Amino acid sequence: MKIIIVGIGKVGSTLCEFLTKENHEVVIIDSNAKIVEDMINKYDISGIAGSGTNINTLLDAGIKSADILIATTEHDELNILTCMFAKQQGVKHAIARVRNPEYSTQTKFINEDLKLDLIINPELEAANEISRILRFPSAETIELFAKNRVEIVGFKIPKNSKFINYSLEELRKQLNTKFLVVAVDRAKKAIIPTGKFTLQENDIIYVTGAKGDILNLAKELGIYKDRAKKIMIIGGSVITYYLANQLIKANAKVKIIEMDKDRCLELKELLPQATIIQGDGTDKDLLIEEGLNETDAFITLTGLDEENIILSLFANHLGVHKVITKINNLTYYEILSSLNLSSVISPKIITAYNILRYVRSLQNAIDLSVENVYKLINNKVEAIEFLVKNDNELTNTKIKDLKLKENVLIAVIIRGANIIIPTGDDVILPNDRVIIISTNQNITNLEILE
Amino acid sequence: MNYRLIIKTIGKLLYIEALLLIIPLLCSFIYKEDIYLAYLIPISIMIILGFIFSKIKCENNKFYQREGFFTVGLAWLILSFFGSLPFIISQTIPNFFSAYFEATSGFTSTGATVISDLTVINKSILLWRSLMNWVGGMGILVFILAIIPQTDSRSIYLLKAESTGPSVDKLTTKLTYSARILYLIYFGLTLILFLLLIIKIPLFDSINFAFATAGTGGFAIFNESIAYYNSVYVEIVIAIFMIIFGINFNIYYLILIKNFKKAFKSEELKVYLGIILTATLLIAINTLNIYKNFFTSLRFSFFQVSSIISTSGYTSTNFDLWPEFSKWILIMLMFIGSCAGSTSGGIKVARIIIYFKTILKEIKYSIHPKRVSVITLEGKPVNESMMKGLFAFITTYIFILIIGTLLISLNKFDFITNFTATLTCLSNVGPGLSLVGPTGNFSIFSNFSHAVLSLIMMIGRLELFPILIIFSPSLYTND
Repeated sequence: MKIIIVGIGKVGSTLCEFLTKENHEVVIIDSNAKIVEDMINKYDISGIAGSGTNINTLLDAGIKSADILIATTEHDELNILTCMFAKQQGVKHAIARVRNPEYSTQTKFINEDLKLDLIINPELEAANEISRILRFPSAETIELFAKNRVEIVGFKIPKNSKFINYSLEELRKQLNTKFLVVAVDRAKKAIIPTGKFTLQENDIIYVTGAKGDILNLAKELGIYKDRAKKIMIIGGSVITYYLANQLIKANAKVKIIEMDKDRCLELKELLPQATIIQGDGTDKDLLIEEGLNETDAFITLTGLDEENIILSLFANHLGVHKVITKINNLTYYEILSSLNLSSVISPKIITAYNILRYVRSLQNAIDLSVENVYKLINNKVEAIEFLVKNDNELTNTKIKDLKLKENVLIAVIIRGANIIIPTGDDVILPNDRVIIISTNQNITNLEILE
Repeated sequence: MNYRLIIKTIGKLLYIEALLLIIPLLCSFIYKEDIYLAYLIPISIMIILGFIFSKIKCENNKFYQREGFFTVGLAWLILSFFGSLPFIISQTIPNFFSAYFEATSGFTSTGATVISDLTVINKSILLWRSLMNWVGGMGILVFILAIIPQTDSRSIYLLKAESTGPSVDKLTTKLTYSARILYLIYFGLTLILFLLLIIKIPLFDSINFAFATAGTGGFAIFNESIAYYNSVYVEIVIAIFMIIFGINFNIYYLILIKNFKKAFKSEELKVYLGIILTATLLIAINTLNIYKNFFTSLRFSFFQVSSIISTSGYTSTNFDLWPEFSKWILIMLMFIGSCAGSTSGGIKVARIIIYFKTILKEIKYSIHPKRVSVITLEGKPVNESMMKGLFAFITTYIFILIIGTLLISLNKFDFITNFTATLTCLSNVGPGLSLVGPTGNFSIFSNFSHAVLSLIMMIGRLELFPILIIFSPSLYTND
């Protein structure tokens, strides 16, 4: 597909990286010529230095023949306007990043009347992600599939778990619950396990299954924690507002620590049920005084990555159950997980992934259509949700007889209302949704077969 | 430096060159020339080496600017080495340095030769020379990019190092498609030229002249070059096609996608054609005394101007006998060369335009010191880093010309010979003046001079820096 990206920040460049890997034709537009040149040197794309709201620039970029335009400049207005220009010129899909809460409340109007196809609000997406983690704090990560009906949950095997050195087969027998380990993250190496795979401490296992079974597994592993009730948030940013709003609706107690007095007052007006503390979030005594020891979850949402990281380390040290760290610069992601900060979120990356997911769902292959794509273990593993459109080599053959490629696993089959964790004897039928786990990137069609 | 990846790329290059050598091998079968070994030996060496190199395991696929430049520089040195083997083995040119000079001259599409008498040379060797001109004109790594899918997106550095001109525009979003389109345009134009030539001259001649003209190389198959035919038709066809191959290939792409407006608006194209027109008229008037007839002098001056500015180097007349004024115009054209993004050599019209604009700007600046001005090319402002690169280029160009002339002066020839020999090699033209003029050739030089001139041709073809960095110690020490 031909994709035009306007505005190359972190989101734009992440998109570039993934989209070129997937062999799309990418054209970038940015007002900074230096950035455009650097990107052209780095990726196999073409670029124009200019503004997305200049019709000639858009025409130069080939807007008339483009399939998708993605506007991710810093300014909401520019993004919306660029998408409107593009739509008018006949681009098939227009995606805008819009972060101002004021516009977010008008999504319906923007979608339907201004004809933008997707509006992404990074702060809102980040808040959604955090509240999802908080609902099930035992998990390191949760990805939702099939309209939120299927979960892939990441659990960390604790240090002195009794299941260390158990193979997955033994584990399943012992617990007598139905679940499937789809991937394992061992020291940053992604493994798609077989039944013989034995567990070790600090492995992060990615599990799918019915919700009750997964809950049961967490309890058996000894890592179950109840839903976070008392939550402390450092920094009163836009994400804080969205997040606190969601948490309060779910009856959690929210405490927000913010330095700026005016912002505190503003937040209090917006969130009357939250406790707003005006003070320095990096002040150790203040944190202890406000009951950091007793909180279920501690979330750092200040604008400074360093501050967020240090605060999270401190909370970890005090033994807070769930610590979530927001960072903007993901370059050092690998180091963070070695510091035991496992729940790290980055609004920009989440935004990029959401857009990527949308783009991939537009690719309609002949036999399978991609509905959803998630990246696990720092992008090393992909979980892809396909809709099986018609009879093909995948269908009507027992799974154990399918010649799957190495490192490909059929994790879940969704047939109507049933969710099937498949065994070797199950069969895929047309119109099933199938979730496939793979370490080979960019699977779009029947490439999972040998 | 990612040596493994560089060696792997060189391996691919050896395969391609082996493939190319099959063409003269077939030709030697057709003409029953008993020099098969001259091709078979290098082909087998290259296939064996290429096979060994392809087995090298390389996990890191990252290609940065220095790897790109280094690969291209090294690739061309190796390319010429294997290209020279057929000359040595067939005893056409027994001396290694002379043979290396000939091969370099072929691949850099210079067209300067050390062979005194072309009539006694095997036809397959002649074809190999022309073929080198053709492949070298567009660039062999661009060819690799076109046919082998690249794993790393940064391969654009290969294209940057090998194509000509101050900046590189990818035609399409994908590097592979761009390289393919370039070669398709190149092939298409060559084919048209071939069809136009075959009307008048034999098949073998047409193939050779089509190849050598397309690469703006100028290897001829007769001692008299184009003058052998004494045909106005052949001269005009070749002259026009030399100009065509001197034009930026992006313009042909724009024409292909029917964007005529943008294609004909090109500032560089206008200046290029303007220079040709002016130079042709000036020389035609100046040489009126020799040819007596304006049309005759126009015919020779047009052919010679297009031959020199496109850096082909064909001759239809002995221009060494022309008046000094005309000869100096030709020397100026040797400096200028043709458009960026073409198969020609020289400084390139785009750069010349910017140099002139800078001079004008500086003059105005002396009058109005506070005046603000921006230098533009094709309607777009030229940024500072590109400006810096442009001036580094011209300084280095002149410097190499001066040092080159110094080294060539070790032969006991006159100044004009030394200077024009160096200039013609640096700009990839072919003939110079005096002893290296249209009637002379480069066999008069010593081994040392041949080595120096080979290097200079390479530096000129790759626009200085890919070759110069090979000699820069910091490339190797700073890992």
